[in-house]
Amino acid sequence: MRNPLNNKVQVMKPSGIRKFFDIVSEMKDAISLGVGEPDFETPWHIREEAIYSLEKGRTVYTSNAGLKELKVEVCNYLKRRYGLEYPDKNVLVTIGGSEAIDAALRAMVDPGDEVLIPEPCYVSYVPCVALADGVPVTIELKAENEFRLTKQELLDAITDKTKILIMPFPNNPTGAIMEEKDLREIAEVVVEKDLFVISDEIYSELTYGRNHVSIASMPGMKERTIVINGFSKSYAMTGWRLGYAVGPEEIITQMIKIHQFAIMCAPTTSQYAAVEALKNGDSDVEVMRDAYDKRRKYLVARLREIGLECFEPYGAFYVFPCIKGFGMTSEEFATKLLEEEKLAIVPGTAFGDCGEGFLRISYAYSIEQLKEALDRMENFIKRHRK
Amino acid sequence: MREEILKTLDKNSKVAESDLAKMLGMTEEEVHAEIKKLEAEHVICGYPTLINWDATTEERVTALIEVKVTPQRGQGFDKIAERIYRYDEVESVYLMSGGFDLTVIIEGKSMREVASFVSQKLAPMEAVLSTGTHFVLKKYKEHGLPLVSEGDGDERMLVTP
Repeated sequence: MRNPLNNKVQVMKPSGIRKFFDIVSEMKDAISLGVGEPDFETPWHIREEAIYSLEKGRTVYTSNAGLKELKVEVCNYLKRRYGLEYPDKNVLVTIGGSEAIDAALRAMVDPGDEVLIPEPCYVSYVPCVALADGVPVTIELKAENEFRLTKQELLDAITDKTKILIMPFPNNPTGAIMEEKDLREIAEVVVEKDLFVISDEIYSELTYGRNHVSIASMPGMKERTIVINGFSKSYAMTGWRLGYAVGPEEIITQMIKIHQFAIMCAPTTSQYAAVEALKNGDSDVEVMRDAYDKRRKYLVARLREIGLECFEPYGAFYVFPCIKGFGMTSEEFATKLLEEEKLAIVPGTAFGDCGEGFLRISYAYSIEQLKEALDRMENFIKRHRK
Repeated sequence: MREEILKTLDKNSKVAESDLAKMLGMTEEEVHAEIKKLEAEHVICGYPTLINWDATTEERVTALIEVKVTPQRGQGFDKIAERIYRYDEVESVYLMSGGFDLTVIIEGKSMREVASFVSQKLAPMEAVLSTGTHFVLKKYKEHGLPLVSEGDGDERMLVTP
């Protein structure tokens, strides 16, 4: 029999987090700080709106690019929060940010094009570039720069094949953000080298003490940036699978074609819920952001107290402490921590090789849960400190 | 910062001062001093626990009573409100806008106990014109927290990207 499989897929590594998940699921009564989604439930008024849409029988397809009403609200939102102005025809509503990443890459990458991916980062960029026949080129971000991308790091990675830069900020897993001054330098290089940017801003609502800035708002960037955002993190709507992409019309038009043939349209019920989220959800976001911020401060203070070095992260809901002083790899550390203290924390290497020596701790947990977990961490560290 | 302390305590009065300090980026001493000040100023009036008595064997009856009163010259409603709230049976007293003046919430062991308080203590007061008593049949939510069990807990997988 011939090999039924596609080579690109066959050589693709399964996600590192999957491996760790399998170990954790074997472990009875383990507690976890390993989750990449909010612990809040979707605010009730949003859920009610979805129920209402079902009661009214809104159970049919929407247009491919999404409900007009939702696209208009997305435009209002982007203008209100980040000063980005787009007409609603430049919006594509997708199945989570994930589909938008995939569609953007497939719409823009030709075989052999290099796509720059700053690491550590979310797990899907590298495989999606490969599936689009592109060449993923990773840039190792550094702890001493608080895992921000610097102009020099970008310049060093550019070749004459480079076409796209992925900008995953606020960042999962490091919690790093890019402030306006940082983005300005990156934008200058992008314009000068005639690159395009796919900016994954799914955590844009979760920044602390400083506002999120979109790279699309930098001079000359709007026409070369696809902004990806969604509802999962900001409104605690992960299970609704709803996100969107906005950008130059010529790119969005091609993405809509891919979406139309692969997906048809995003779930209708979720789209009605999302309209309500954007219209009346600002205060929910504020309440959740405030809760995350308290947990963030608590976690950073506790980690420093027990002697784990970490920079103060200003975004998302992750802290990325360094465990290099323990003579173990991230994976060994995480596995031992799980075996000895029944505490699951994801090794930094699940998000790229340069995550070696770090752990991703999620604070999408109540203070009581964080406290219990950190007590266990403290015991572990006392035992293993060299 | 005091608003932040209050908002946090409002949700959980059991939170340790050392944890509160970390959550708010303050020192433990600062938090302690601020709480003492809030107590002294009677901004923080107490630290009761929210209990779902229906889930215990203890018999309790709650009644909400609409009271119409005659306000008194020079003292408005305050004097009569005080005469009412000084009774131990009285859980809460609010001055209301609208069709009646005071909402009085009574907790008693039985309907008879509540009824006797209303008929023997509350209604006969000189300033009280009328009372309307409503018994609570079931409490669903108090102080922003559901009293009925929500059940499922954390449904998230243990590890996700």
